Amino acid sequence: MTTIALAGNPNSGKTTLFNELTGARQHVGNYPGVTVELKEGTFSHRGTPIHVVDLPGIYSITAYSLEEIVTRNYLVREKPEVVIDIIDASNIERHLYLMIQLLEMGVPLCGAMNMMDVASNRGITIHPERLSELLGIPIMPTVARTGKGVEELLDAALSVKDNPPPQPLRLNYGQDIDRALDRMEDRIKGHAMLEDRYDPRWFSLKYLEQDEQIKEYCAKQAPEVAKAFDEAYQQLLRHLESTLNTYPEALIADQRYGYIKSLVSHGIVNYATNQSKLYISDKIDLVLTNRFLGPLFMVVILMLLYKVTFTYSEIPVGWFESFFGWMGSTAEKFLPEGPLRSMIVSGVIDGMGGVMGFVPLILFMFFGISFLEDSGYLARMAFMLDRVFRVFGLHGSSVMPFIISGGIAGGCAVPGVMASRTIKSRKERLATILTVPIMNCGAKLPIFAILVGTFFSQARGEMLLIITFISWIGALGTAKFLRMTVIRGETTPFVMELPPYRIPTLKGLFIHTWERTWQYIKKAGTVILGISILVWAMMTYPLLSPEKEALFETERQEILATYALPDSSRALNYEIPTKELTPEEEKLRKDLFALEGLRAETALENSVAGRIGKGIEKITRWAGFDWRTNIALVGGVAAKEVIVSTLGTAYSLGETDPEAPDSLSKVLKRSKEWSPLKAFSVILFVIFYAPCFVTLVCIAKEAGSWKWALFALLFNTFLAFLLSLGVFQLGTLLNLGI
Amino acid sequence: MPIIAMRNMKDNQKGIIRAIRAQGELGRRIRDMGLVPGTEIYIQGRAPLYDPVALRLRGFTLTLRNSEADHIDVEVDEL
Repeated sequence: MTTIALAGNPNSGKTTLFNELTGARQHVGNYPGVTVELKEGTFSHRGTPIHVVDLPGIYSITAYSLEEIVTRNYLVREKPEVVIDIIDASNIERHLYLMIQLLEMGVPLCGAMNMMDVASNRGITIHPERLSELLGIPIMPTVARTGKGVEELLDAALSVKDNPPPQPLRLNYGQDIDRALDRMEDRIKGHAMLEDRYDPRWFSLKYLEQDEQIKEYCAKQAPEVAKAFDEAYQQLLRHLESTLNTYPEALIADQRYGYIKSLVSHGIVNYATNQSKLYISDKIDLVLTNRFLGPLFMVVILMLLYKVTFTYSEIPVGWFESFFGWMGSTAEKFLPEGPLRSMIVSGVIDGMGGVMGFVPLILFMFFGISFLEDSGYLARMAFMLDRVFRVFGLHGSSVMPFIISGGIAGGCAVPGVMASRTIKSRKERLATILTVPIMNCGAKLPIFAILVGTFFSQARGEMLLIITFISWIGALGTAKFLRMTVIRGETTPFVMELPPYRIPTLKGLFIHTWERTWQYIKKAGTVILGISILVWAMMTYPLLSPEKEALFETERQEILATYALPDSSRALNYEIPTKELTPEEEKLRKDLFALEGLRAETALENSVAGRIGKGIEKITRWAGFDWRTNIALVGGVAAKEVIVSTLGTAYSLGETDPEAPDSLSKVLKRSKEWSPLKAFSVILFVIFYAPCFVTLVCIAKEAGSWKWALFALLFNTFLAFLLSLGVFQLGTLLNLGI
Repeated sequence: MPIIAMRNMKDNQKGIIRAIRAQGELGRRIRDMGLVPGTEIYIQGRAPLYDPVALRLRGFTLTLRNSEADHIDVEVDEL
């Protein structure tokens, strides 16, 4: 098996080539401790089995971004037999910058001069064979979108493998730097720890570029060498500052670009037309990023994405729901009543249903996002909105996760957190991941609807608008707070490319969409299943004592005896609609239903969740929450939809259908424990408190550690409680809403 | 010919980079994208809130925040 790694700038067509080579036979590789994904796949070329790895897109080989570190570590540690560097022919100078650095590393390299069609449309003639001669490596023309030239590229790549390993490229960096490099190289030779892993010249060069990773490695392996190198660097720095008013890093980059300029001027590129003329892509930008039209189009595009995903995903979501509903009732039919049945129906099947219910949503959402990303529009959105998001310590690219999570009410934080992957700056990404769950997802809406409908019925629309505002301000404000405290630090430079607009390939769209969805199913499916069983157990155990159960049974028999109907089975058969019952039967059903509700309430109160709810009532009552509300909110951590149904159970209503919450609304209205002030306090709490478990699992995955999921759980709940407490106490003081 | 900070350039104005005064991560990112002394650039436009700025160089479009453009000195034909 020959291993080929694909390297290149973002937007070079690298992923398109990877998809072309592997098709669906690809997966995310397992490299421990790496949060940036390395995709890999296998295929065979003219009988040779090939293992191909798609390295993250990078512009340079420094140690600043995670992508660069991952790429570099892969190249140094895994030593792939061939590296294919993909160059965009229509943008050759900047792409050569990476190639030069790969050559300096001395990796076995083969070049793919990609997007030859785009270049020739722009009147640019490229001669890859001349570049190939000058650099001494094969460089093949390709059009990855259509697969043109790919066979020849692979032939060339395999020939690289058979040649002796190449000598690292040595650029002339000017007398001062070259002399320093010579001395440093001599110093490294004979130092096994340094020499084995890195090429000495390259190691020295990186040291002069003040590469953190290299410096750290050197200080650890050979402290005395590091000391000498630091001195050499300081000396060089002083010298360059006084003579040329520059510093080593800058001079090295200048020289690389100087070398590229001389390469390109050797008849590699011919421009037929004036290069400053507007291409189609630029013309589209005149409209789509226009000061006035741009934001307008953005709103329209976002609304469209939203409408399409949430409207059309409802249909398959419905299928999933009916399927799991059917599974539940089938299980009920075939399993004997008891804890096993209860666990399978309420724990396993409901839990799985909850997880799988998100699948169509993620599928649709990521198809839309992949389209926007691959077409180049996502970068424009970041460009237009960066000014706003930067105020809160975020990045322009944060807009997508925010919108998806519920920027327009009814989103979902699960795809929202997953979409944060498009943010390349680490701190900004983390702040986004942690704050998007504050947005109003679709599952929070039923509880808002009930409370607003019950206590603020005159100002329904206004209240929902206020809730949306609170969540936006709350999420952005929290982001700002986090960036000033826990995730403190310099703003990551924006410096972002606006790639030309391209029509995404269907193959790419399908692969990206499926990949995200499958990851979700795998990860969430296993963890959530366990958690939903745990939550079920918390709300079920300990069971009511046999004496209590006996009491309920006695009462039941008494009711049945009071009515003394000849055939009471009709009243007990819920498949017969109420309309078809006699008045007597209807009353019996109502009484039995009320008794069953009371039993469920008592059972819930007796369960672990109920005890927790009661136990924390002493504290939560300061924010206005009684134990019933507490249980519902605890249940809401499993999934926000559960809040309404649990509240129903806690108020002896049996399972309340979130779609038809009339009875719950009436109970709340009558209850002395509830007031508009308490309702508002609860609404505020629901906006801010812990994300649901599915979201927490996604946070752990995207942030790279369970630590952050735990942080979201505790911090958000604490924050929410503080806000509710403040509002409730202030409101009580001012005598509001009582 | 006058040398001004990139932030102060007008839309559609051309210029040649004379100095990059940013160090550390910002300096390196700017250079990695091909913004080195001697490079010809052209201001393509600005975002709706006048920040970031989009510029064209070496056949592609790059966006920078104004606070980042402050570190780049550009020689222009006229002010």
